[in-house]
Amino acid sequence: MSRQSPTPKWQELSLGCATTEPGSSRYQQTGDWRSERPTWKWENCIKCAVCTVFCPEGCIHMNADNYPQVDLTYCKGCAICVAECWTGCITMEEEKE
Amino acid sequence: MSVRRGVEVSIAVAEAAGFCDVDVVAAYPITPQTHIVEHLASLVADGHLDAEFVPVESEHAAMSACCGSAAAGARTFTATSSQGLALMHEVLFIAAALRLPMVMVVANRALSGPINIWNDHSDIMTERDVGWIALFAENGQEATDLVPICHRISEDPRVQLPVMLNFDGFIVSHMIEPIEQLSKEEIKTFLPDFAPVQRLDIDNPFTMGPVGMPNVYTEAKMAGEHAIRASYEPIVEIFKDFGDKFGRYYNPVESYRTDGADIIFVMMGAITETAMTWVDAQRDAGTKVGIVRFRLWRPLPADDFKKAVAGAKVLAILDRHFSPGGPGGPVAQEVKYTLYGTDNAPKIVEVVVGLGGRDVFPEDFDDIYKRAEAVLNGAPVPPFELTQVRGGHYGKI
Repeated sequence: MSRQSPTPKWQELSLGCATTEPGSSRYQQTGDWRSERPTWKWENCIKCAVCTVFCPEGCIHMNADNYPQVDLTYCKGCAICVAECWTGCITMEEEKE
Repeated sequence: MSVRRGVEVSIAVAEAAGFCDVDVVAAYPITPQTHIVEHLASLVADGHLDAEFVPVESEHAAMSACCGSAAAGARTFTATSSQGLALMHEVLFIAAALRLPMVMVVANRALSGPINIWNDHSDIMTERDVGWIALFAENGQEATDLVPICHRISEDPRVQLPVMLNFDGFIVSHMIEPIEQLSKEEIKTFLPDFAPVQRLDIDNPFTMGPVGMPNVYTEAKMAGEHAIRASYEPIVEIFKDFGDKFGRYYNPVESYRTDGADIIFVMMGAITETAMTWVDAQRDAGTKVGIVRFRLWRPLPADDFKKAVAGAKVLAILDRHFSPGGPGGPVAQEVKYTLYGTDNAPKIVEVVVGLGGRDVFPEDFDDIYKRAEAVLNGAPVPPFELTQVRGGHYGKI
């Protein structure tokens, strides 16, 4: 039996709590560890996408307008994107809630 | 056909593991377990046992290698003692949490300091909460028989947990005893080939040991708790099957001459043998005293124990370890937990004996009996006491 939800009953866990099917990140939502979130100053962004490459979670992607967009479900707030951004257009903002 | 012969218990235990046709032995030598792994290394080197012997650099590595081999679906065996068991500590939890079947023999020895290679139960008792099934043998025959029994329990599809087999270092491990050793063919009729419920397989990939975040850790712990409690029925069934096949029946809790006993001594391991000799003499003199011994320690056979001590007025509990600054010895703590709130619960006299290899003689039982008898006659229950200490234990709880 495989765990398909973020709130399984103990009887629903697989033997030894193993992950038996791919796609476990659908319920392993690591974004709630974050205390700060990356915020872009769009007028300085040159759409180089270096932030998407260096994001260790792979949770920044380019949107339809070719601007980077972060998926906060998985962003842990590590600020590597801030360190790598060439134009300095990303800053970390404290999470309010 | 099994043959009865005089053999060192460590050698008999190693041969029993060999006859179980183990696939992987990963171990690091430590006194007093050394002869077990040395003999297994010889069996492999001389071609008598087709297994991988992994001469690891530490016990931490030994238990890690055992986890890997069990995860790959190999029948896995290891052995350790004392500091070695302590060095395995963090990996022991993982073996149980990942539900990895394996058998580990622990030749019980005191923990440092002061450094001491002799026998007590401080090594295993500080590893009570690791989630392994734990058994205690009292002599060489039992230790040798329990090796295939432990493998069968561990690998049972209903169990799938690591099993720890304890016996007293030196006192049992280095004793030359007459042992009826089951042959490889006999063990084969009792222990089927290992068919793991779940193992690493490149054609059927999955992740073993992923992170368990706060939203699932409690459920994972509950699943482990259920697994070890539910292992009780298979364990009893496997004990019975062993008895039916080979004539030696084992029970989770053993009683000796407890009929009508007012005072029952409770203990584990080899001192029970001395105690039985002492009890025989007491019974001949008309004293109503008996012994109850835990063979199965995890899962704790609470109901069997309650039945075994029913009717006793005082229990004298002998511990081989205690919690400094705490509530005495582990066996006494757990017996109190088991009996708390039951009607007509016996009074409990706790003593800590046999630390770091100090011998326990029949005279020590006389001494403990006097304390229990005083309580039987209405004296207040004393606090736990190191009865063998020179200078006197100040007896605070």
